[in-house]
Amino acid sequence: MTSITLDRIAHAYGGKPRSESDYQLKPFQHVWEQGFAYALLGPSGCGKTTLLNIISGLVIPSEGRLLFGDKDVTHLPTEQRNIAQVFQFPVIYDTMTVAENLAFPLKNRRLAKPVIDRRVAEIAKMLDLSADLNRRARGLTADAKQKISLGRGLVRSDVSAVLFDEPLTVIDPALKWELRSKLKSVHRALDLLMIYVTHDQTEALTFADKVVVMNDGRAVQIGAPADLFYRPEHTFVGYFIGSPGMNFMPAAVKGDRADVAGFEVRLGAIYRDLSSDQSVQVGVRPEFVSATSGPGLPAQVRRVVDLGRKRLAHVTLGNHPLVVGIPREMEGVGDVVNISIDPANTHVYVADIRVQGTAP
Amino acid sequence: MIDKPVNNRAWFFVLPVLGVVLFSSIIPVMTVVNYSVQDTMGANSFFWNGDQWFRDLLNPTTTIGARFNDALFRTLAFSLACLLIEVPLGIALALCAPRKGWAVGISLVVIALPMLIPWNVVGTIWQIFTREDIGLFGAALVGLGLHYNVTQEPISAWMTIVVIDVWHWTPLVILLSYAGLRAIPDAYYQAARIDGASRWAVFFNIELPKLQKVLVIAVLLRFMQTFMIYTEPFVVTGGGPGSATTFLSIDLDKIALGQVDLGNAAAMSLVYYLITLTVCWIFFTIMTQLERRGDV
Repeated sequence: MTSITLDRIAHAYGGKPRSESDYQLKPFQHVWEQGFAYALLGPSGCGKTTLLNIISGLVIPSEGRLLFGDKDVTHLPTEQRNIAQVFQFPVIYDTMTVAENLAFPLKNRRLAKPVIDRRVAEIAKMLDLSADLNRRARGLTADAKQKISLGRGLVRSDVSAVLFDEPLTVIDPALKWELRSKLKSVHRALDLLMIYVTHDQTEALTFADKVVVMNDGRAVQIGAPADLFYRPEHTFVGYFIGSPGMNFMPAAVKGDRADVAGFEVRLGAIYRDLSSDQSVQVGVRPEFVSATSGPGLPAQVRRVVDLGRKRLAHVTLGNHPLVVGIPREMEGVGDVVNISIDPANTHVYVADIRVQGTAP
Repeated sequence: MIDKPVNNRAWFFVLPVLGVVLFSSIIPVMTVVNYSVQDTMGANSFFWNGDQWFRDLLNPTTTIGARFNDALFRTLAFSLACLLIEVPLGIALALCAPRKGWAVGISLVVIALPMLIPWNVVGTIWQIFTREDIGLFGAALVGLGLHYNVTQEPISAWMTIVVIDVWHWTPLVILLSYAGLRAIPDAYYQAARIDGASRWAVFFNIELPKLQKVLVIAVLLRFMQTFMIYTEPFVVTGGGPGSATTFLSIDLDKIALGQVDLGNAAAMSLVYYLITLTVCWIFFTIMTQLERRGDV
C-alpha cells in the first residue's frame, strides 16, 4: 500500500527520440496517491495504455524514474512489482476452475495451502464468485471472466495498485453498470490505488475520483469530474469531455467583453494583457448556452437534434457554428433565434490553454 | 413469413461431381468389395466365397491373418513412434522460432523446405544418403563404428524410415503450432508475468491449452500420413530386411500386385480402409467437441 510517483517519465518506442513528436509519452510528472481511483481518459493512441504498461512494468520507460513509495522500481520486472492488471479482454486460464484461477498467483509465490484457500474464499465472496468456485472458468460469461481476472489481482494481499486497461470493452452494455459499481465497491472496501484506462468518458467520470485527460502523449488536465466539466483547462478537455463537446469561437477579448464575429459576449471575469499574436478563443459548453425568447445574440438555426431529455440546436452566430440548448416550444430550422450565454461558465483560451481572469 | 418457392433444381449442379466421384471412387471401391466376397480359379471365372476372406484375415492363426496382424502392428508402431517424436519436437521448435523481424520469413521458409520435396524424391535422396558405402549419412555412421546397414539391419532400417518421416513432416507440426502460438494474445503472457508464472506454468496453462485445436489437426494429419506410409519404405528398404519395414500399404501392394491374390488383398484393403475411417471419425468427434466447448 503505497503511492506511485512518476518522476519525469517519458517513453519513445524504438530507442532515441529526435524531436518531441517521437515520444509516445511525453515527459510526465505525477503522484498517484494511495486509496484514490484514477481514470486515464483519452482517444486511441494518446499514450494512456503505454503509461499503464510503464507502471505495471510491461514497458520500461526510456526516460525518468518510477517510484513505489520511496523505492525506485523503474527496472524491476513485473512480477516483483505488486501490481495487478485487468486487460481489455478477459484473461483466464482455460483449463482451470475458477478457484484454481484465483489461487494461481499465490501458488506461483509458494504460499501455504490453507492461506491460499482462505484468500481465495475471501476474494470470491467479495466478487460474488463463491457459487462458481468449482466450475471450469472457460464456460463462464465475459463479465464473470473479467471478475476472475480482477480477482487474480486482488487475491494477493501485498498488491499496491490495480490497473485496468479498458476492462469493460467486451462486456454486455446491460452488465457494464453492474460490473462498474462492483469495481467501485471493491475500491471502497480495499482502499487500494486504482488506475483505470478508458476512452469512454462516462466510464471515467463515474469511476474515478480524479481523471487524467490525455492527448497526443501528454496529460492535458488532471482533475475531479466536476473540474473537467466546469473548468476545462485545455480546449481538448472541453471538446473531449461532454456530449456534445464545448463550443469554441475565435474572439478578441478586452476586459470582461469578448468580440465574437462582431457580436459582444459578456465574460464572467476581467482579462488584461492577452497577447495578440496567439489565437484567442472563447469556450462555452452547450449546457450554458440556450435559445431564448428574451434578449440575446441573433443566431440562425441550421439543425435541431432531439435527444429526448433535451433538445439541441446547431446554430451559426455570424459564421461560427455553435451548439445550444433549445426549448421544446421554439420551432427551429431556418429561424433566427436569440441565444443567451452564461458569463460565469464562459472561459477564455489563449493558444488552447485556459487563462484565469480576475474577479470583476 | 416469406413464401419461398420449393425448387430442388439446384441439385442438378451436384450431378457432375457425383459423376466424377462415381468413376474415381465408388466404382473402384465396389470392385474391391466384389473381389472380397468371391474367389477365382483363374480364366476370369469367379464364384461366391462369402465372408471367408475376412474370417481368414482376422484370424491370426492363418498365414494371411498372421501376416496382416504383423503388418498392422508395425504400421501402428510406426505411426506412434512418428507422432511421439514429431509432435513434441514440432511444438518445441515452434516455441524457439523467431516471432518478429527479418528472421521470421527466412526461418519459416527453411522449416517448410522438406515439405516441398515429393515423396519419391525424398525416398531417392535418403536411399543414397543412407548407403553405407557412398552415402554421407550411412558412411559417417559406419565410420563412427556403428552397425548401420539399411538393407541388412532391421533396427537401421526402422530408424531410417522414422528419421525420414521426422525430417519430412515435423515442419508441418512446427508451422501449425507456430500459427497457433501466434494467435495467443499478448495479454495472456502479460497476465502470466503479473501472476508470477514460471516458463513451464505459462507453457502448460496458456500455450498448450490454446494449441489444443491445432494439435488435434496436426495429430490427425500426421496419423493418416504415417498410417498410409508407402513410398519411403518402398524406395529405401523395399519393406525389408525380411519383413521388418513391411507396413500395411507395402504388404497390400505385395499381395495384390505381387501375388495377384485378389480375395485376400480386397478383404485387407477394406479392413485397412475401415480402420482409417474409424480413426478419422474419432478425431472429428474430438474436434467438434472442442469447438462446442471452446469459448469465443
